[in-house]
Amino acid sequence: MPSSEIIGWFADIDLSDRPTVGGKGGSLGELTRASIPVPPGFVVRTAAFERFLNALEKEEPIRSKVEALGSHELDKILALSQELRARLERAPLPDDVNSEILAAYVELCGKDNNPPLAVRSSATTEDAADASFAGLQDTYLWTIGARATLRSVRSCWASLYSTPSITYRRKRGLPESSVAMAVVIQGMVKAQKAGVMFTRSPLTGDRSVVTIEGAWGLGSAVVSGEVTPDRWVIAKITGEISVREISDKHVQHLPAPGGGVEEAETPEDLRRVPCLSDAEIAALKDIAKRVERHYGRPQDIEWAIDQTGEIRLLQSRPETVWSSKGRAPVAKPAENPLQHVMKIFGGRR
Amino acid sequence: MKTTATAQTKGFPLPSSLKVVVGTEGAQAAYPYYMQFTKEDDGRFWFYNSMHFPEPMSVFDMITAEAAYCALGSANTRVHCLPTTLGIDYRVLNGRVYIGGNAVTDPAEIEKRTQEFQKRAFYYYANWERLFAQWKDKMMGLIRAAEALPKLDLPEFEPIEHVHAGRGIASNHYILETYQKTLEGYFRMWHHHFEFLLLGYGAYLTFFDFCKKAFPEISDQTVARMVAGIEAEIFRPDDELRRLAKCAIDLGVDGQFREGVAPGEIIRSLEQLGEPGLAWLKELAISRDPWFNINSGDGFYHYHRSWNDDLSMPFAALPGYIANAKRGERLERHTERLMAERQQLIADYRELLETDEDRGAYDQMIELAHRVFPYVEGHKFYCEHWYTNLFFNKIREFGALLTKHGFFDDTEDVFQLSHFELETAIIDLMTAWSNGSLPRGPERWPAIVRERKEAIAEWAKHETPPALGPVPDIIDDPAIVMLWGITRDNLDTWLTADEQPDSNEIRGFAASAGVVEGTARVVKTVEEIGRLRHGDILVCHVTNPTWAPIFQKIAAAVSDIGGSMSHAAIVAREYALPAVVGTGTATQKIRDGQRIRVDGGRGVVTLLD
Repeated sequence: MPSSEIIGWFADIDLSDRPTVGGKGGSLGELTRASIPVPPGFVVRTAAFERFLNALEKEEPIRSKVEALGSHELDKILALSQELRARLERAPLPDDVNSEILAAYVELCGKDNNPPLAVRSSATTEDAADASFAGLQDTYLWTIGARATLRSVRSCWASLYSTPSITYRRKRGLPESSVAMAVVIQGMVKAQKAGVMFTRSPLTGDRSVVTIEGAWGLGSAVVSGEVTPDRWVIAKITGEISVREISDKHVQHLPAPGGGVEEAETPEDLRRVPCLSDAEIAALKDIAKRVERHYGRPQDIEWAIDQTGEIRLLQSRPETVWSSKGRAPVAKPAENPLQHVMKIFGGRR
Repeated sequence: MKTTATAQTKGFPLPSSLKVVVGTEGAQAAYPYYMQFTKEDDGRFWFYNSMHFPEPMSVFDMITAEAAYCALGSANTRVHCLPTTLGIDYRVLNGRVYIGGNAVTDPAEIEKRTQEFQKRAFYYYANWERLFAQWKDKMMGLIRAAEALPKLDLPEFEPIEHVHAGRGIASNHYILETYQKTLEGYFRMWHHHFEFLLLGYGAYLTFFDFCKKAFPEISDQTVARMVAGIEAEIFRPDDELRRLAKCAIDLGVDGQFREGVAPGEIIRSLEQLGEPGLAWLKELAISRDPWFNINSGDGFYHYHRSWNDDLSMPFAALPGYIANAKRGERLERHTERLMAERQQLIADYRELLETDEDRGAYDQMIELAHRVFPYVEGHKFYCEHWYTNLFFNKIREFGALLTKHGFFDDTEDVFQLSHFELETAIIDLMTAWSNGSLPRGPERWPAIVRERKEAIAEWAKHETPPALGPVPDIIDDPAIVMLWGITRDNLDTWLTADEQPDSNEIRGFAASAGVVEGTARVVKTVEEIGRLRHGDILVCHVTNPTWAPIFQKIAAAVSDIGGSMSHAAIVAREYALPAVVGTGTATQKIRDGQRIRVDGGRGVVTLLD
């Protein structure tokens, strides 16, 4: 099925579609179109959310209730959050939205297949370079079956009304009319190892290295900080690995038998073993460079390596911490180039 | 075994607490008075110059420290007027050379010297090519003068031609004159050595400093690769071996070169082959002059012999080069490829800079570094190798002469006398020759030589503290930082080194990236080069360009001394071999045949069994 007002296939969308597919969705589309390997999928666009919300608001207002709150009114925010989330999770979907998502589901998964899927919030305010909004909306991993997928989509929408989300928006004074959410639905990577990587050093802001962190199992253990990942620093240009910190990776996240994720102890013989080979580190570095080059700016990337050894990117977003600092030049050209040597010979200044 | 020394709170032992090893007091007293520690030295910071003088120095070999520091100090203090530093002071204890910088701290004095520096050093930078060309002429003149020094001869009667020519001066005078000229040439050579060196390193360090600020996690070796020259003379000896390997194949005599066969035996078999063998030997002779005037070490010890004096090293490399050529590998160094890679590296890092201003400054700094760095690399062949060989071999001639007259049991014993003592022995001999009586030296020197040799053997068994005296808050003496890589961070590592004695890790400079596990071959002398087999990890004391030819057959290299800009590090990077240099202790801590892992990107060697 082709992309529509409701559904956007990764291959059909890019960052310019962010208002309708959200930051995460736009980024996955962008990566797909740049031939960077991501698990296949589609986005349930913001139009679906709006239709859903409009249907609900016919019964009782939602946005105006949120806007009536002050950011400091925590008790009220808490109460409204509970009320709204319950409404969103219970209410039926508009028919056209429901049928389009199901059709896209069948196209992605095949008729009688129910492969595990990731259902991820993709807010239009999220992942923007100027607002590090990550982690405030929900992600549902290892969702199995069409019904569970639809439930997860609703839960994602509902997470827009979580207490922290509402508080964040109220604090920033964001108008509710500007807030919309798309939902990414994509294949799950059966990761044997996963993690994050940064095309600019989180420690020093150095743009000449890629820092890779990884651990056994699903990436959620690394992202949530439940395991200390192995860490490598690799030079972008020479490929030289200058830091290798192998940690004790005591736990890993694994897919739970009935869907979802469970934590398990890492087998003893793997705990202190590097989770990546040098060849994998080099391959990740190459992909990181391609992604950065594609976007023209430093990126924070989530990656996974599946059971067959294939690398898949789960997400890429612009690095915000160092990029917002704005660096003064290390040195300026001198009228007499020889003056530069006074840095060394001139002593402490 | 540790030399007894009282620990001082938050610092290194004081010089006065470091004792002469019992029984070696006489040998210690042989070093001139100005090299001995005094009580006043306790107030200053000293460090052991293990980079240049990793083994106890015989009293004659101390001339290298003496001449080098004299020339280095003159260049810094009086010629170029470095603003923040004067020269280097040195002391010797138990044969170990300790050095200390002389910092300038008075702001008015620094300002005054800065004015001078900019008139002098900037002139050198601005006229580098002309001055460097002139330097080469001066250096070649010096080498030719040293080569032209007369052979030593004390005939029974003066040759009749001398008499008829009315020379009027007898042969014994020329012995003294030749000795004095030999010393004079050596002291002069070291002035040439330092004429450009600090300025060259300074330009390199300027670029290095910029890169470290712009790319805080860039490795030292990457910056080094951006600056390193590609056609320096120091690579020539290795190039010559490749040429000779090709000649051997072309002449059909390659079958004569087999691993583990002594050079003399190979040469004899070539001679027996007749025409083609002799043709190859003719090519060998062409390469030897001057390119085999390269030392197996850094040239600071009399026993660092040259390829010309000992063919083991070049002949150990030839079978490998021949095998490579037969496999169809190109033997010539890929100069163009290396140059293109260097340019690409520079361009790639430039692209990562964030502002136009940074790019402008980067361009200026790399341009200067490229202009001046050829000296830093090129001077070594002329100074430390060619000239130093000529010098020590000339001193050997005096050793042979004195041995002939009963002063020594062995020619090499001459290196157990200081250069002052050697002059007295020569005057003793010239006096005896002139008046027909017996020289006094034969009664005096053999016992002293024995005592000093025993002392050196004893000193070598004792570890010596890496530094002495109070730790300075900060080290910003450019000479110390440039030549020895000593920073406050290093000192802190040294101070805590004793706290982790059981570690099976040895740390050094990360010289060339990559990780390799293999069998360690601990090679202490050049004669042992023949023991290296394909795939071994070379563990040696000094890495040196001379050893480059064997890099084709080893899997990795580890050395006790050397920095990330040392030639061995450069060659290792060229061969893409992991290398860790400047470990200080690898040859002591690693057993021959032990399994080790070399991580050249981190500068760590791990003992695996």
